[in-house]
Amino acid sequence: MSKSAEKSRKKEVKQSLIPIYIMGKKHEVPDSLTIQKALEYAGYQLVRGCGCRGGICGACGTVYRFPNSYRIEVGLSCQTVVEPNMYIAQLPFFPGNKATYDLDTLTATGSTLAALYPEMYKCIGCGTCTRSCPMDIDVMEYISRAIRGDIAGTAEASFDCVMCGLCAARCPAELVQYNIAILARRLYARHIAPPAKHLAAAVQNTRKGVFEEGVKKLKKMGTEELKKVYTGRITEPDIADEFWEPEDMTYLVSEKTR
Amino acid sequence: MPYTAELKKLIKNVEKTRARRVEKKRKGEEFPAMSLDERTDILKYHPDFKEEGRREICIGPNKGYKIANEMVDLIHARSRVNPESIDLSSPDYETDVLVIGGGGAGTAAALLARENGCRVLVATKLRIGDANTMMAEGGIQAATKNGKDSPYYHYLDCMGGGHFKNDPDLVETLVTEAPDVLAWLEKLGAMFSKFPDGRLKALHGGGTCRKRMHSAGDITGAEIMRTIRDEAKNHPADIKILEFTAAVELILNDKGACEGAVLYNLETEEYFVCKARATVIATGGSGRLHIQNFMTTNHYGATGDGLFMAYRAGVPLKFLHTVQYHPTGAVFPEQAEGLLITEKFRGAGANVLNVDGEQFVYEREPRDVEASAIIRECTVRGKGVPTPTGKFGCWLDSPMIDMLKGEGYVRKEFPGKWILFKRYGIDITKEPMMIHPTLHYQNGGLAIDSSGKTDIDGLYAAGEVAGGIHGENRLMGNSLLDVLVFGRLAGSAAAAYAKKKYKPGKLSLQHVAAYNKEVASIEDAATRVSPMVLPDYSNPDVRKRQLTTDYVGTIR
Repeated sequence: MSKSAEKSRKKEVKQSLIPIYIMGKKHEVPDSLTIQKALEYAGYQLVRGCGCRGGICGACGTVYRFPNSYRIEVGLSCQTVVEPNMYIAQLPFFPGNKATYDLDTLTATGSTLAALYPEMYKCIGCGTCTRSCPMDIDVMEYISRAIRGDIAGTAEASFDCVMCGLCAARCPAELVQYNIAILARRLYARHIAPPAKHLAAAVQNTRKGVFEEGVKKLKKMGTEELKKVYTGRITEPDIADEFWEPEDMTYLVSEKTR
Repeated sequence: MPYTAELKKLIKNVEKTRARRVEKKRKGEEFPAMSLDERTDILKYHPDFKEEGRREICIGPNKGYKIANEMVDLIHARSRVNPESIDLSSPDYETDVLVIGGGGAGTAAALLARENGCRVLVATKLRIGDANTMMAEGGIQAATKNGKDSPYYHYLDCMGGGHFKNDPDLVETLVTEAPDVLAWLEKLGAMFSKFPDGRLKALHGGGTCRKRMHSAGDITGAEIMRTIRDEAKNHPADIKILEFTAAVELILNDKGACEGAVLYNLETEEYFVCKARATVIATGGSGRLHIQNFMTTNHYGATGDGLFMAYRAGVPLKFLHTVQYHPTGAVFPEQAEGLLITEKFRGAGANVLNVDGEQFVYEREPRDVEASAIIRECTVRGKGVPTPTGKFGCWLDSPMIDMLKGEGYVRKEFPGKWILFKRYGIDITKEPMMIHPTLHYQNGGLAIDSSGKTDIDGLYAAGEVAGGIHGENRLMGNSLLDVLVFGRLAGSAAAAYAKKKYKPGKLSLQHVAAYNKEVASIEDAATRVSPMVLPDYSNPDVRKRQLTTDYVGTIR
């Protein structure tokens, strides 16, 4: 370990220590740490329950409780700071059924969701999923939209989902909310949102080889010449609107003429 | 934790200059961008140029090449296994295509290998999708608006960002395949940010001359990753996924071609032989090696395993002497340290400011230039903003974005960061973020051709583990593109090889035995094993008390 790392370790030790209980066992850890770093501080080397360490991959769903409280609290261990007397258990894995499907042949309707995830209708509206979401998503709201057949609404309301599985782990109706959500998002993006026409055109132009000559020319240039072309290129202004086009239309295909 | 009273006082400096800066931006007046000469000059503050940070490789195809000490340490290291103790005569798994790594490149390769008629096995040391792809925030580049943009301009930007050293063939492939990748994602149902008529929203990124950064909110990588992961799981008969199973050595045959890998179950600590007609390495980057002690934005599993395995088998390395430091990693609060603050903030117009609230660099320089300017501000110029833990950073002025683009823009376009900082008691629509460069991306890697093939028959590489596409510096939005372009191509090429060119030979780990022998003569090398598989952040005081005498397993 390097000197600077050692120094910061010493600084950490000087911080005030608080007791936490990892799977029931007491450890003293610095109060500024996240649950994830506290586990490592206590001596654990993580294999499961650790991923991006930045709150987006959903690998580290964690449940905890405080003494004298009936509440089950949840969080991502890489995002939640330790508090005194937390009783902590990570959820290394929680089984969740996933339907398999061919997205192309599906229709973006409630009946598709119902056919692939019929248990959806077992929802009793208790709201435990919403209270269990570390991303503050109103899970019950998107499930009720799914039940109503509102695919776009489900997609939009579930967009921030990291698929950590805490909702499914706690659902008394045994739903796998996050898999219903991703199906709705894919249905929405594939079948409801209009396709990008300019993208289809760009694919066609590029495949036809419209820009091939230009790229080949650049490839053949010596570094000095290439640098000149690079430095002289026109930059689209920040404030330009969507249909800005430069004066020099070589190696471009105007969208206005189509 | 919210900003301290001292920091709140310093934020006043930012607020004082904000109206003036917004006004300038509205008029289209920008802080002057650096000339190519000025760029070269400022790079002396870049960590890549610290001589004491690197040394020569003494073994293998790149003998004499100087790269980061932390990487050389893992090249000068022995195998985890004694090759003689592995029985190659009865493989535990057999497949057409073995994909090592379950991130963006690996998953794309698996999907395309399957589409081309192959059975696929994906071996990944964490879960499928646990990868840097998941964490990419800002966007994916592609020239999709031909009225102002084309592969021609994308090529120019990419070469300029890479200091004109990139492999031209790989860049041509990258920019030409880009629109196809976007169309593929659209068809798979990835939810990109669009206008109501379906037109893709696009912004600038550092070093781009046209707005070609497509995004899905500020979780573009996560949206792409969860979509292609969902698709991979739609084909359980053809795509088998082995999680918490790392590859630790490649298996060659007596003709020198690759025929699979030795796999290691991290939980049961067993080794397995996987025989494959073709193999794709998609193990990603190496930020968790913490080069020069830098904090990192990278995923827990980013330990560069594929580099070291393939190097042992004889694949040369390219451009590994340059490492990318993302200009804007969080330095406050401490719990968020190292965390990526997407370049999309700067793409949307946020200025980078020093302790006086003044601009010192154009916010959209290429990443190495931007990072160097911030490091200079925090060191020799002494204009950094001090954090409560004694570090320095600069301000990223997120509140000015809503002033430029309208109230609610930040909340809508950066939902991930908004929630994260809200948890710490910081409202990024009202207070700026504190940033400092953080270890972000492995610019170089294994040498490949435009189909993803390496020098070894039957062995392909794609994504961050490969090198040459980005030269000495990658632009924002070209890595999500890279993993999908080359992941798809490598998957297709591996499938074609498996079906038409594959010739079975006698399996061998002779190259590992020979490497172990050669390594033994390098000082210290025999004490280290590689690949690393996972970093160890457990408490050193605890480790001192872990005194089991003979134990070589997953975690010690």
